[in-house]
Amino acid sequence: MPEIPAILSVVTFLPLLGVAAILLSRTMAKSADAPGLANRTRWIALITTLATLAVSVILVMQFDPTNPDYQFVEYVPWFAGAAYHMGVDGISILFVLLTAFLMPLCIAASWKPITNRVVEYMIAFLVLETLVIGVFTALDLFLFYIFFEGGLVPMFLIIGIWGGANRVYAAYKFFLYTLLGSVLMLAAMLYMAATAGTSSIPELTAHGFDPAVQTVLWLAFFASFAVKMPMWPVHTWLPDAHVQAPTAGSVILAGILLKLGGYGFLRFNLPMFPQASELFTPLVFTLSVIAVIYTSLVAFRQTDIKKLIAYSSVAHMGFVTMGIFAGNETGVQGAIYQMLSHGLISGALFLCVGVVYDRMHTREISFYGGLTQPMPRYAAIFLLFTMANVGLPGTSGFVGEILTMTGTYQVSTWAAFGAATGVILSAVYALTLYRRVMFGQITNPQLNGIADVTRLEIAIFTPLIIGTLWLGVYPAAVFDITQASVGQLVAAYQSAIGG
Amino acid sequence: MEITNALSIATPELIVVIGAMALLMVGAYGGDKARPAVSLLAGLVLIGAAVASATGPLGEAFLGAFINDQLAVFAKVAIYLASAVAVLLGHGWMQRNNQARFEYPILILLAAAGMSMMVSAGDLISMYVGIELQSLALYVMAAFNRDDAKGSEAGLKYFVLGALSSGLLLYGASLIYGFAGSMRFEDIAAAAAGAQGTSLIFGLVFLLCGLGFKISAAPFHMWTPDVYEGAPTPAVAFFAAAPKLAAMVLIARTLGEGFEVIADQWRQVILALAVLSFLVGAFGGLMQKNIKRLLAYSSIANMGYALLAIAVGSAVGVKAMLVFMVLYMIDVTGFFAALMALSRGGRPIERIEDLAGLKADRPGTAIVLTFLSLSVLGMPPFSGFWAKVFVFGAAIQGGLWVFAALGLVASVVAAFYYLRIIKLIWFDASPGATDPAPRDAQWVAYAAAAFSFPLVLLALGPLDGLAAAARLIGLG
Repeated sequence: MPEIPAILSVVTFLPLLGVAAILLSRTMAKSADAPGLANRTRWIALITTLATLAVSVILVMQFDPTNPDYQFVEYVPWFAGAAYHMGVDGISILFVLLTAFLMPLCIAASWKPITNRVVEYMIAFLVLETLVIGVFTALDLFLFYIFFEGGLVPMFLIIGIWGGANRVYAAYKFFLYTLLGSVLMLAAMLYMAATAGTSSIPELTAHGFDPAVQTVLWLAFFASFAVKMPMWPVHTWLPDAHVQAPTAGSVILAGILLKLGGYGFLRFNLPMFPQASELFTPLVFTLSVIAVIYTSLVAFRQTDIKKLIAYSSVAHMGFVTMGIFAGNETGVQGAIYQMLSHGLISGALFLCVGVVYDRMHTREISFYGGLTQPMPRYAAIFLLFTMANVGLPGTSGFVGEILTMTGTYQVSTWAAFGAATGVILSAVYALTLYRRVMFGQITNPQLNGIADVTRLEIAIFTPLIIGTLWLGVYPAAVFDITQASVGQLVAAYQSAIGG
Repeated sequence: MEITNALSIATPELIVVIGAMALLMVGAYGGDKARPAVSLLAGLVLIGAAVASATGPLGEAFLGAFINDQLAVFAKVAIYLASAVAVLLGHGWMQRNNQARFEYPILILLAAAGMSMMVSAGDLISMYVGIELQSLALYVMAAFNRDDAKGSEAGLKYFVLGALSSGLLLYGASLIYGFAGSMRFEDIAAAAAGAQGTSLIFGLVFLLCGLGFKISAAPFHMWTPDVYEGAPTPAVAFFAAAPKLAAMVLIARTLGEGFEVIADQWRQVILALAVLSFLVGAFGGLMQKNIKRLLAYSSIANMGYALLAIAVGSAVGVKAMLVFMVLYMIDVTGFFAALMALSRGGRPIERIEDLAGLKADRPGTAIVLTFLSLSVLGMPPFSGFWAKVFVFGAAIQGGLWVFAALGLVASVVAAFYYLRIIKLIWFDASPGATDPAPRDAQWVAYAAAAFSFPLVLLALGPLDGLAAAARLIGLG
């Protein structure tokens, strides 16, 4: 196993090396539409993301799962107390891996559909990868905020340039919604840095803020992460953003960007403001249960496949928030698990939508029907991920849902009950979708001769299928890594609230 | 010797003023041929003055009317350098638009002399003299394109409203003098500590109204969009940067040294100005079609943030204001330089829609404008974000967290119009090719964008240290 010095900086900033290479190849090409430039750009992006994946795999293998503290720490003082401070623990490391895992798939999924302004597209994705990995590796408030907030810009461009018909509206809505939440968090961060005299996340976790102040700080952070998550009722940007974004943009949005909210809760709200977290647990539970039930019902009524899956994402994130604020080991483990699993499943579902959209250029459910006959392999893949989305045992979706509900049950029976009805509702909308798109006879003549998944598409789906099933039958792969850090987090939380 | 000592303290000002007089002669006798030489020499004079003030002695001169402390030095170096950039930008622009006259760089020199007087003012008289010297030069610059109706309107509007505000300021100063019996800030502070008086507060409010006009703080901002729209773009680039810093430093010094005792009273006034400014700036900019008017509202909003830092009323607040203003000056100068580098069919770009599709036509300028928009928007890791971190950090530390939260929310509203610029540049189709870019403006724009990211990350530490050293002695 090679020892890589400053491995966290490498894994975070490696994609920027790809950006430099793309810029270089663009400069050497005579014009923006020189022959071969687009393909060269795609290859550079793919190789860069694969290299990042390789480094992050090495990172996970070198990670010591028995140590609950931050590892691979890098610390360079900067100015006025701020520092370039990086590190990962059992909670964040798997999100680094998830990001690095989904990115090459996104690049591959954009290979054929994106033909317009490929150079800028790939640059936006690589910059986004750096920023997202940075969120998970940053251990300084300001560094965290830079990465967290900076991700808005490439996503704004991805939605706005390569998106659907109503892309400008969706891009603005995404950006401004998220920014409003974030600036409140910035205010709270500035307060924390001023009162605690440090911007280091580990030190702030140990600081112990005055319970009266905690409430305000908690709400400020909550405003940011709840929008990102997104929780009901601040979820309305998500369906718009998803529907308008290109396929790979949706994959990143659902697969990774939504997880920033949950990660933020785990990194800030729960450990830094335990008393406030306990105080607001009923609020979070209420919002989560509403999210699970209400958005499931809304999803049922959608006519656009992508929008349906977007609403189902909101519902699934409801389980995550519930699990986190249950504040026990089962719940938190379940929440992390659910986030990772949802990253794979929702990513795969959006890719499934992308497959038919690339062929027919519509996402209307009523347009389709009877696809099992011309597209048997596609039907099988879609079925697997539909079932995983519903939470069928044997898939990763099941583990996350059952654990978050068990964890919640220990704290609030009613919340767990509400969430459980959501599981039934999710089966209703997901199976209805599958029936309407896949089963029956082909009634729409345009669908005659629709081609089954190509080899490239199978190559994209294969890692996701393996991941979903593997996590479904062997959840210990995740728990072994998260256990120590989660245990420490939960123990600190429980002792802080005197439980 | 008292007088040699005093003159050595005022060396930078002497360099600028004597330089201005000498260059006036060169221009008057040299005619059109001397124009490039006058511009070049004016730039050198300003750089020389910057060096002189960075290395010159500190101290008080002319019976305390002129103070050269760390704060003044910090501001002067920034002002002289910004003025030098303004000379460079102005020269190229005026040549290209057939408005070139040798007086333009000399006006910048005179304004710079006025500004450095403002930041060194130790009493009400030198304050007024500095303001007027600066303002009169700026009025002329606003109307520099005298054949243009909008330019003349801008100059006239600026002059009339400026005269009104000077009147308010003078009236306030006379009330303060009546209360304290002295013009010097030190004596005013002593008198205010001895006895509270309505006339002192009354005078201070008038004084602040006059100063509020100079920094275009709401509700004294009405002139700003019109002047920005009508005046020549290089002149606006100059207005938007150095004079604002000078006025901010003057406000900080006046309040900190002369009126620290009644900080609770003036804080309310400054806070009201700050909140109104960033709200007016944020909401007012939403409906603008002309890009210079948009930038006018942007500057109103940003003055609100700087005032918020001053309202903290501590050394931390002044430091935050200084860092904020320097970062803002670089951003805004770069923004205007990028606009000056853009024209279509020989006519400068005026409407925001004209930026559409810039990325295809001029990728370099497109990236510059994107970076600077993101920076002014406050997006990390660009310089504007750090400027906001300093200001809001100081405000929250000073207990003004409600106002800080309000300011941050206003910045989200303002984000819409910066996003619109980015959207036009990257999402939309171009209406036609732009003219080849002039090199001077282009390079200033590139430099500003490179500073906004990534150079700012290296500059923050030193800037923080310099601004901390430049704190006001009077403040804790």
